[in-house]
Amino acid sequence: MITLVKRPAPSRLWAWSTPLLAVLATMIAGGVLFALLGKNPFEAIRTIFWDPLFGPNAAYFRGQLLVKAGPLILIASGLAVGFRAGVWNIGAEGQYVIGAICGASVALAAYPAESGLLFPAMVLAAAIGGWAWGMIPAVLKNRFGVSEILVSLMLVYVAENLLAYMAFGPLKNPQGFGFPGSRNLQQYPAAHNPELIAGTGMHWGVVAALLAVAGAYVLMHRHIAGFRIRVAGEAPRAARFSGVVPARLVAFCLGLSGTPAGLAGLFEVAGPAGQITDSFNAGYGFTAIIVAFLGRLHPIGILLAGLLMALTYIGGDMAQLMLQLPAAAIQVFQGMLLFFLLGFDFLTNYSIRIRGALA
Amino acid sequence: MTGDETLLAVDGLTKAYPGVVANDGVSFSVAPGEVHALLGENGAGKSTLVKMIYGLVRPDQGTMRFRGAPYAPAEPRAARAAGVAMVFQHFSLFEALNVAENVALGMENPPPMRTLGQRIREVSQTYGLPLDPDRLVGDLSAGERQRVEIIRCLLQDPRLLIMDEPTSVLTPQEVEILFHTLRKLSSEGTAILYISHKLEEIRALCDHATILRGGRVVGSCIPREKTARELAEMMVGAELQLTDRAGRTAGEVALEVAGLSLAPLSPFGPSLKDVGFELRMGEILGIGGVAGNGQEELLAALSGERPTAPGTVMLGGADIAALGPNPRRALGILAAPEERLGHAAVPDMSLTENAILTGSVRKPLTKNGFIDMAAARGFADEIIRAFDVRTPGAHVAARALSGGNLQKYVIGREVLQEPRVLIVNQPTWGVDAAAAAAIRQALLDLAARGAAVIAISQDLDELLEISDRFAALNEGRLSAPRETAALTLEEIGLMLGGAHGMQEAAL
Repeated sequence: MITLVKRPAPSRLWAWSTPLLAVLATMIAGGVLFALLGKNPFEAIRTIFWDPLFGPNAAYFRGQLLVKAGPLILIASGLAVGFRAGVWNIGAEGQYVIGAICGASVALAAYPAESGLLFPAMVLAAAIGGWAWGMIPAVLKNRFGVSEILVSLMLVYVAENLLAYMAFGPLKNPQGFGFPGSRNLQQYPAAHNPELIAGTGMHWGVVAALLAVAGAYVLMHRHIAGFRIRVAGEAPRAARFSGVVPARLVAFCLGLSGTPAGLAGLFEVAGPAGQITDSFNAGYGFTAIIVAFLGRLHPIGILLAGLLMALTYIGGDMAQLMLQLPAAAIQVFQGMLLFFLLGFDFLTNYSIRIRGALA
Repeated sequence: MTGDETLLAVDGLTKAYPGVVANDGVSFSVAPGEVHALLGENGAGKSTLVKMIYGLVRPDQGTMRFRGAPYAPAEPRAARAAGVAMVFQHFSLFEALNVAENVALGMENPPPMRTLGQRIREVSQTYGLPLDPDRLVGDLSAGERQRVEIIRCLLQDPRLLIMDEPTSVLTPQEVEILFHTLRKLSSEGTAILYISHKLEEIRALCDHATILRGGRVVGSCIPREKTARELAEMMVGAELQLTDRAGRTAGEVALEVAGLSLAPLSPFGPSLKDVGFELRMGEILGIGGVAGNGQEELLAALSGERPTAPGTVMLGGADIAALGPNPRRALGILAAPEERLGHAAVPDMSLTENAILTGSVRKPLTKNGFIDMAAARGFADEIIRAFDVRTPGAHVAARALSGGNLQKYVIGREVLQEPRVLIVNQPTWGVDAAAAAAIRQALLDLAARGAAVIAISQDLDELLEISDRFAALNEGRLSAPRETAALTLEEIGLMLGGAHGMQEAAL
C-alpha cells in the first residue's frame, strides 16, 4: 500500500530539485508525444533545448533568448509577489496590452517630436496603465468580494478588444495605406526601445526585468512588507494578527503585478514588436504564470525559469520550422512543464511510504 | 459492582508512529458497569489507546477481548456493532441541521424521523439529558451539543461508552448533569471508559483508574483513596511545583472597555454584546467560559484585529478602538491568540520568522523597514532560552514543534516584549503540566512587574490559581468581574450561565 505522509517541514532538497525533475519528465513525455507524431524524439528535444544555444545559428538565437525572456521575467516577478500573498492575478496579459497601448499612445501623440523626455513619459504612461488595469479587479474584490481570478482573466479579453479597436481606429498609421496597425516606433528614434548592445538582444525591457528580479528579491526576502506578504499567503489569520489589512494587501499586490506587466508591454511595443497591431500580444502574460511557478515564486528561480521558458519558445519555433511539428504540440509541451512541476511539487510537502497491506 | 467478570480486557497493546511509541504494551481491564478512568498528561497515549478500542487505529501488537470473545475491530462500525460507543472531544455535528437529523446521520439504520424524535425524547428524559430534537445544532451550547453526541451513542445501547475529555467544554453545573447520567448508565451495567486529566472529577466519578505516562501504564489505583495531588504526581512522575503569586499590587487603571459590541466572526459564532470592564496595572483578570462564547471575538477586539466603535476600548484614557494591531503594539498592548498554528504563528515559517511576526514593532528587528535577520535570530534565541522551548534551533518551522513548546514560544514572544497589557486566550490549552505551570508563572511574574494581564481560559482551576479578579463570558456577554479569592465554585458556575437548557427541565 502506498501512503502519503506529510513532512514535518517542507523539504528544501525537493523544493529545488522538483523544477529540474519537471524539466526532465517533460523531456521524456514530450519525446513520447513527438515520437507518436512520427518525429524523432531525440532530434526534437535537441532542436528545442540545444540548437538555440549551441546549434549552427546560435549567435542569432542567443539574442532572441533575452528578447523573449525579458518580458516573461519582468511580468513573472510581479505576479509572484501576488501569488505569494494568495492574490491571483491571472490577467497580466491584459495589463501587458494596456501598458503597450498607453505607452504607444503617448509616443504617437507626440510624433514626430524628438525629445529625451518622451521615452520616460511612455514608461510612466505604461506603468500607470498596467497598474490601473490591475486595480479594477482589486477594487471589485474589495468592494464587492468578486473573485480577482475571474475579473482579471476576463479583463484580458476586454483589453484584447480594446487593442483591436486601437489598431484599426485611433492609433492606425495615417500613412499606412489603410493597413491596420500603428506607426512603427522602431522608426521613431525618440520612442524606440533599441538593442543596447548589438547582437545580445539586451534592451531596456531586459534591464527592467533584471531590476525587477533584484527589487522583488529585496522586497520579499529583506523587507518587512515582503515578509507580511508571505505571511498573508501562508496564514491569513496570522497576517491579520501581524497588522496586515487584507484590502490593502489585495490592492498592493494587484497594483504591483499590473505595473511590470504594463511596462513589459511598452518595452515590447517600442522595441521588438515596433507597432500596435491587433495581434500584438503573444501570450507573455499567461506564460509568465508558468514562469512564476516554475521559478518557485522566487526571484532568482524566476530568472532561470524565464530563460528556460524563452528557450522552449525559440526551440519550439525552430522545431515547427525544421521538423514540421504542429504549433499545438509545442504548446502541449510547454503545458506539460507546468503540469509536471505542480505534480512533483507534492513531494516538497509529502513523502511517499510504501508499506505492506497490513500495518 | 466490579465482580470477577470482565467486559473488556486489553493485553499488551502497542502502537508506534514514526518517531514515537504512542502505546507500549498497555494492559488493563474494565468490568461491566465500572467507570474506569484513563489518566495521563497530553501525549501520554490515552487517545491512541481508545482509538484502538474504537477501531480507528489498528494496534501493531497486542490483543483485546470484549465480552469474553476476541475483539479486533477493523473500523468504528465493527466496534459499534460489538457494543462500543465513543463520544469525542471534538464534536462531529452539522450546525445547519437539527438534533434529530444529526443523530440520524450517525446511525447505521436510522428509524423514520418521527420515531427517532420520540426516541430521542425518551432517552433524554430517562437519563436526565434535556434536549429538544427539533432544535438547530448551530443554536446549541457546547454542553447541549455534547448531549447530542451522548444520545446518539445511547440509542445504540452500548455495553461500553468511551468519553474523551467530556468536561472540558462544560460548566460545573453541566458537569453535574453529565455525572448523574454516567452514574445511571453505570448502575444499569454499562461500563464507561473516562479519559481526563481533571483529577477531582476522576475522584468524584470513577471506580478505578489506569495511569498512563509516555505510552506505558505506570500505575493503577482506586481514585477515591488518593488525593488529587497524589494522582497528579503519579501522572506527571515528579513532584508538582506550585506557582508563586506573591508580590502583586493593583495600580492605576490601564485598560478601560465599555459598551463593546462586535458582530460574529463566523456564521453561528457569537457576537460580543455590551462588554465592559476595567483593568488595572499589576492585575490579572481571568475571563472564564466555555469556548465559543465570544473568547476569540474578545481577543480580536482587544488586539486590534477587529476595530470597534469609538470609545469602546481606552488605554490610559486615550481612545484606541480604531487602531489596528501594530499601533496597539506600539502602545504596549500585546496578545497571544488561542489558535497557535495559523493565527499566533505561521506553521511553515521558522521560529526566527515567527519572532518577526509580532516582534517587529517593539523590538529593533528592522531598520528602515529592512529585516535585521541577526537581530531576529537573537530575539528568537532569547525566547527559546528564557522559556525553555525544546527545539533544535530557531531555524525550525513552527509546525515541527509540539503544541506545548510552540505555546511557550508564543507566550514568551509576547512576554519578552514587556507589554503594558497582555491578553492571552487559552494560554495552556493542550499543554503538558510542566509547561502549563511555566506559562502561568510567566504571566504571574509579568503582572508582578506591573503589567496588566487578561487571561481568557476554559480551565477554571487555572483562572482561580492566577487571577485576582474573575469574570465569565457567556454568549458574548461578560459578567461583572469579582474578586477571585471570595468566589466559590458554585458561584462561578452560575456566572458561567449555570447549566444550559436546564431551566426548562426544572419546570
